Amino acid sequence: MAGGPLDYGHRWPMRLWLAAVGVFLYGPLLSLMAFSFNNSRRTIVWRGFTLDWYRKLFADADLLTAFGNSLTIAALSTLVSLGLGTATALLLWRFRFEGQTAIAGLVALPIVVPEICLGVAFLVFFSAVLPWPTGLAWPFNLGAIIIAHISFSFSFVALVVRARLAGFDHSLADAARDLGASDGTILRDILLPHLSPALIAGGLLAFTLSLDDFVITFFTSGPDTITFPVKVYAMVRFSVTPEVNAASTLLILLTAGLAALALRLQGGDIGREAL
Amino acid sequence: MTERPKAARGVFALLAGPPLVWLALFFVLPLVIILGYALGENRSLTDIAITGSFRNFGRALQPVYLGVLGKSLWFAALTTIACLVIGFPVAMAIAFAPARWRLALLLLVMLPFWVNLLIRTYALMAVLRPEGYINSLIKLVWPAAWLGDFVPLDLLHNNAAVIIGLVYVQLPFMVLPLYAALDRLDRSLIEASLDLGAGQLTSFARITVPLAMPGIIAGIIITFVPTLGAYLTPDLLGGTSSQMIANVIDRQFRSANDWPFGAALSFILMALALVAMALQGLVTRRGRA
Repeated sequence: MAGGPLDYGHRWPMRLWLAAVGVFLYGPLLSLMAFSFNNSRRTIVWRGFTLDWYRKLFADADLLTAFGNSLTIAALSTLVSLGLGTATALLLWRFRFEGQTAIAGLVALPIVVPEICLGVAFLVFFSAVLPWPTGLAWPFNLGAIIIAHISFSFSFVALVVRARLAGFDHSLADAARDLGASDGTILRDILLPHLSPALIAGGLLAFTLSLDDFVITFFTSGPDTITFPVKVYAMVRFSVTPEVNAASTLLILLTAGLAALALRLQGGDIGREAL
Repeated sequence: MTERPKAARGVFALLAGPPLVWLALFFVLPLVIILGYALGENRSLTDIAITGSFRNFGRALQPVYLGVLGKSLWFAALTTIACLVIGFPVAMAIAFAPARWRLALLLLVMLPFWVNLLIRTYALMAVLRPEGYINSLIKLVWPAAWLGDFVPLDLLHNNAAVIIGLVYVQLPFMVLPLYAALDRLDRSLIEASLDLGAGQLTSFARITVPLAMPGIIAGIIITFVPTLGAYLTPDLLGGTSSQMIANVIDRQFRSANDWPFGAALSFILMALALVAMALQGLVTRRGRA
């Protein structure tokens, strides 16, 4: 129905609008990436292609450590978040108990509470209640940050897994039970395979959230536990430099890669589930 | 398979134990301590006594802090309106696009959301700063012979930059719920309205918008709440007079060293966010009834 009354995408004001929004969303990011290859300290005029800024980046030990820290934190917090989030989703799905609504609300709360509030709460918690020992061996020195990340990530995992469980056919589990399967077998052979797209989506979400987080990490990190966003923040605070452009480009490519992976593993599901 | 906990005590404990213990220890406890601090006062630089006084909340009502709170609410409202106005046509174009285009367009809108917030903000700094792309472009076409040397515009470190930054960050969040609502609505109603002689504008105002209302409300809340607590955007793009509540909280903790007062402000911000969320719950429940 090209040109039909509801085919707004074909009207020129709409096209202009979409193009403008596209430039607004992508212009800054694409120019940032382009100028990471620019052969000049000034990030305005194009002076030819170079990989110098990337070479500089890979020679910067602090930045590499920060990047390694970020990946480690993201991996470990994703693992724990998947466990806790899936357990929460299964609990709310399988049982009817008193206080269920309250618990469902409590689990969703970390998504709602503003980041700054959680950040200062963890700052206070890790200085007054559970002072994280300094000088621990890697990766235990990252423990405080990992704990904080799990606390806000696992709610998202629970959310995604619960959405998937809502579409589960109970008769499958009932049939398995009638045929003598134990709870463990049902979980392993029926539930987990059904949940796998949600586990992948939830895991990638938790990983990205952790990799992305600046505010909460900023308040829980110490001088020897710098993460990539915290390091980049220190770099961008006052100036725009090609090194930061290069570092940003790497992180953009990494997250775009993760998004592509999620899409590939899940087909169209993730687009619908993201809603 | 839905059952009462008694039927399978072991499984129940296994599923309930770890998440609930985690939440109690590493979520509820830190927030309770914040509330405790909010009701306390500094005895010395490091010693905080929980005295149960509401002095800190009283201080939060001083004109300076009410001003910051008002400004934060105002910024969040402006950002939400801008996102709605910019995002609604986008959501409509996607929802009414041919099916094969829909997912690709949706992903295009979502992709920036996957990019690190700090990097997105930094990208805007590069556009807006005095030597940035906008100023350079203007300088390129500036008729210096008539108007004299070009003085770069101050686009960065002001309130407008903060609003632009917040819109830039939040736009995908607004488009998604709008799209979800528009995708679900019954198109034949719009077609009927057009057939019966209503113009596009009338149909839009009297059919499309009312039917998409749940999505509009969801979009408003999902944009408003995170914007209210924004920290990074005003910190990097704003000037000294465009600090929002989160920046003031940060200052109490990291430079002013007045944790009890910071805790009180943090508690107020959290309460506002929760009230906004509760309002949304109320509205959607009424919409369903």
